[in-house]
Amino acid sequence: MLTFTLRRLLLAIPTLLFISLIIFLLVDLAPGSPMSEIPLTVPPEVRKKMIEALGADQPVFVRYILWLRQFFWVEPANLIDGWFGTNLVGGEQRILSWQSRSPVFTVIGQRIPQTLTVIGTAYLVGIAIAMPIGIYSAYRQYSVFDQIGTLIAMIGFSVPTFFSGTLFIIVFAVWLPWLPTKYDTTLAVTDWSSFLQQLRQMAMPVMVLALANAAAISRYMRSSMLENMGQDYVRTARAKGMTERVVVLKHVLRNSLIPVVTVIALGIPSIFGGAIITENLFGVNGIGAALIGAIHANDLPMVQTLAFIFAVLIVVFNLIADILYGLLDPRIRYE
Amino acid sequence: MNLKSALLGAVCAFAMAPAAFAERGTDGEVKLTFPQAVSIMNPYLSSGTKDIFAASMVIEPLAGFDDTGALVAKLVSEIPSVANGGISEDLTSITWKLLPGLLWADGSPVTAADVIFTGQYCMDPAGGCAQLSKFDGIKSIEAVDDMSVKITFNGPKPNPFTAFVGSTSPILQKAQFEACLGAAAPTCTDQNSMPIGTGPFKVTGFTVNDTVSMEANANYRDPAKPAFAAAVIKGGGDAEGSARAVMSTGEFDYAWNTQIPPDSQAAMAAEGKGVFVVAFGTLIERLEMNMTNPSADLPEGERSTTKHPHPFLSDINVRKALSMAIDRHTLTEVGYGAGGTPSCNIVPAPALYASDNTGCLTQDIEGAKALLETAGWVDTDGDGIREKDGKKLSILYQSTVNPIRQDFQALIKDWWTEIGVETELKAIDPSVFFGGDAGSPDTFQKFYADVEMYANNFDGTDPEAYLTQYKCDKAPSPENQWQGENMNRFCDPAYDAMVAELSGTRDEAKRAELTKKLNDMVTKDSFVVVPLVHRGTLSAHSNALGGVKINAWDSELWNVADWFRVK
Repeated sequence: MLTFTLRRLLLAIPTLLFISLIIFLLVDLAPGSPMSEIPLTVPPEVRKKMIEALGADQPVFVRYILWLRQFFWVEPANLIDGWFGTNLVGGEQRILSWQSRSPVFTVIGQRIPQTLTVIGTAYLVGIAIAMPIGIYSAYRQYSVFDQIGTLIAMIGFSVPTFFSGTLFIIVFAVWLPWLPTKYDTTLAVTDWSSFLQQLRQMAMPVMVLALANAAAISRYMRSSMLENMGQDYVRTARAKGMTERVVVLKHVLRNSLIPVVTVIALGIPSIFGGAIITENLFGVNGIGAALIGAIHANDLPMVQTLAFIFAVLIVVFNLIADILYGLLDPRIRYE
Repeated sequence: MNLKSALLGAVCAFAMAPAAFAERGTDGEVKLTFPQAVSIMNPYLSSGTKDIFAASMVIEPLAGFDDTGALVAKLVSEIPSVANGGISEDLTSITWKLLPGLLWADGSPVTAADVIFTGQYCMDPAGGCAQLSKFDGIKSIEAVDDMSVKITFNGPKPNPFTAFVGSTSPILQKAQFEACLGAAAPTCTDQNSMPIGTGPFKVTGFTVNDTVSMEANANYRDPAKPAFAAAVIKGGGDAEGSARAVMSTGEFDYAWNTQIPPDSQAAMAAEGKGVFVVAFGTLIERLEMNMTNPSADLPEGERSTTKHPHPFLSDINVRKALSMAIDRHTLTEVGYGAGGTPSCNIVPAPALYASDNTGCLTQDIEGAKALLETAGWVDTDGDGIREKDGKKLSILYQSTVNPIRQDFQALIKDWWTEIGVETELKAIDPSVFFGGDAGSPDTFQKFYADVEMYANNFDGTDPEAYLTQYKCDKAPSPENQWQGENMNRFCDPAYDAMVAELSGTRDEAKRAELTKKLNDMVTKDSFVVVPLVHRGTLSAHSNALGGVKINAWDSELWNVADWFRVK
C-alpha cells in the first residue's frame, strides 16, 4: 500500500507538470485579450503601455517559466515567510492578477472559506438527504416512495442551477420576503442573531446545490444497494434469523457504501472548485465566482492558477479515493 | 405681522435650517450593489467604470463635473479661468489653488506636493497608467507655493481641464504612494485597494472582486456630511439581480448599471419600491460602414485596406439607403427602453455640441428602394438581391455576442432584405472583437466585414480627441499593426483640415460650430457612420434613498456626500 501510494505520488509530478503546460497554453492561446476590457476612450498608445506594464506582451514560454517559478517557489516561500518570519522571497514578484493587481493567492485565501462553508455545507446536506432516500428506495424498489424519489432525482439532475436558483429567489425572496438574495461576505458570526443571519443567507445557495448533489448521490446509493440486496450473503443473513434492520443497515449498507464513498471522495475537488453559476447568482464570493470573473476579464494569471489548483486537487482526490477503496474493501490490494 | 417680526422669523428660520439637515453619520449605512464587482480602488491602474465609481467615494480630483457637465470645484477654492487669472492669457498654463485647511482622511494636510506626486505617478513610463492621455501635452507640474499648483503645457491648450479633473484623475496621497512609482505600481496591493483620500468615505475593508466597506471620513471638509455613517458596495451577479435587490426585495439602496430588458424594467418599476434613473452621456450604438474592400479573395495585408475601395459601400447612395431602411424607434424600444433614445449623431451631447441632425429618425423603406433604383442598383435576375455591374448588394454584418445586439442584427437584416440587400450576420465574442489582437481576423479594427456595430463614446465633455479618430491617418492597417481608431478608413482632406482648425480654436461657440460640422460630415453628409441609439446608463435607487443626482459626465456617485436616508 505504501509503495503504491509513493509510486502514485511520484507519478503525479510529471502528470501535473504536463497538465500545467497544457492549461497554460490552452488559456493563453484561447482568443481574447485583457485589452478588450479597456474602454475605447483610452487611446491605442496608452493601451499598449498598460499591456506592457502587465507583462502581457512577453512571449508565452517566458511567461510560463516565470509562472512555474512563481507557483512552485515564490508562493510557497511567501507562505513560509508568513509563518516563520523568514525572508525567502526577497522581493520577488508573486503571481499578480491582471485585473486587481493583487496576489492571486491572497484572493484565493479570501475566497476559500466562503466556498467551503457554502458549497461544503451543500455537499454534506446533499449526502445527508441522498443516503436515506437511496437506501429506502432500493429496499422498497418500485414502491411509491421509490417512484417519487426517482422523479425528484431526475428533476435535481436535469434542472440547471441557474433556473432552480432564480426560481428560489422569486419564491423565497420576492414573493415571500424571507431570505436575502445577496450573500453578505462581511457578516461576522459573533452571536446568535448573526448566526441566524448567516443561516438565512446560506439557505438558498445550499438548497440549490444540495438538490443537485443529492440527486446524483441518491442514485448511486440506490443502485449499489440493489446490487447487494440480491447477493447470497444477504439470504444467509436472513436465514440466520437476523432482523431486517440488521440485514439492511449492517450487512447490505456497509458493502454498498464502498463505491458510494469513492464517488463522494471524487466529488470533493468540485467543492473547492466552487459552483460558478450558484455563487454568481447569490453573490457568494467563492472560488467559482472568482474563476468566472477572471475568465470574463481575461485575467490569465488568475485563470491559469485556479485551473492548475483544480488539477492538483483532482489528482490528489483520485489518489485518496483509490486508497480509501483499498481500505474499505479488503478484497482490493494494490501492489 | 410687521416687517420686524417677519425679518426675525426669517432670521430664526435661517438659524434653525442647519439643524433640520442631517448631521454627519446619522443615517446609518447606505448599501450599493454593482453587477461587476470592484477589483481595485485606484483609477490610474484600472479603466473599469466599476472601479472608478467606487474609488470616487474615497479619492477626489481637484474639480469634477456636475450633472449638467459643468465644472464644480472639489479640492480647490475656485475653477481657474482666464478671467480670474487661473489660466494664463496664452492658454499655456493653469494654476489650481487648494482649499485652505484641507485634510486627508488620516488627518495629515493636503498640499501641492500631493498633486505634483500624482502627476509623476501617472506619467511614469513604466507604470502603465490607464489615464495617461489625461496628462497629454503637459510640460511640467510645479508648486507655486504649498497650496497652489501650476501646470504648464507644451502649447496653448484650449481645454486644460483634463489632468486632476473628473473621477478618472483623482489626487493620491504622496505619503501613501511614494514607494509605488513606475514598475512598483501594481505591487502596492494595500495602497491600491485602500487608498487614503479626501472623499466623504474612507475604506475600512476590501475584498477583491466582492465587497468594499467604508465609513464616513471624520476629516471630510464639510462637517455636516456625509449623512451616512457607513457605506458598502457589494459586487457580482448580473444586472437583473442587482436591479431586483433594489427594486423588488429592497435589500440595497442603489444599483449601478441595471440595463435589463424593457419589460423587466417596467415590471420592477411597477412594484413602487424604487425608481430607475438614467444618465445620458455620449455613448452611441452605431453601424460603421467599411469604405474598403474586405473580400477574402484579396491577399492578406490588402483586405480592408485603403488599397481597394469597397465595391458598393463606396457609393454614398447605398450607405444612405441602408440608413433610411432602419427604424431607430423600434430598435430603441426593443433593446433599451428608458435606457436609450434614437439618434443620428455621433456627438449626441453635451447640448452645446450636439447637431440638430434628426433626418434619420423616420424610417423610409420606399425611399431607400427608390434611391437604390435611381442609383442603378436593380434586381435584374429576380433573386431579390439588387446588383450593378455584376456586383451584388450582399453584406456581412458583424457585431459582438450580446442579446440586444443580436436582436438589432435580426431586425436590421429584415429591413435590409426588404430593400433588396442580402445580409449575413456574424457575432463575435467581445473579448476577441475588442481584444485588438493583430493576429486575429475578427477584431473590430481589422474589420473583415462590410458593416459592424458597436458602441463608442468620449471621455468628459470635450469631443475633440474623439472626432480626431476619423482622420485619414488614424485608419488601422498592417503598417500600424491594425491599431488605428478610424475603423471605416474614412478619408476626407476637408475633414482633416477642419479637425486641425478645431484644435486651434479657443472660442467656445466656434468650437461648437466646428464640432457640429464634423459630426455631420461623417453622419448625414456621408453616411459613413450610421448612428442608431443614444445609450444611457440605467441605474436604480430605492425610494428610501434621497439626494441621488445621476451624472453622465463624471462618476455617478459624484455627490454621494449629499445622499441621505428618506425617513
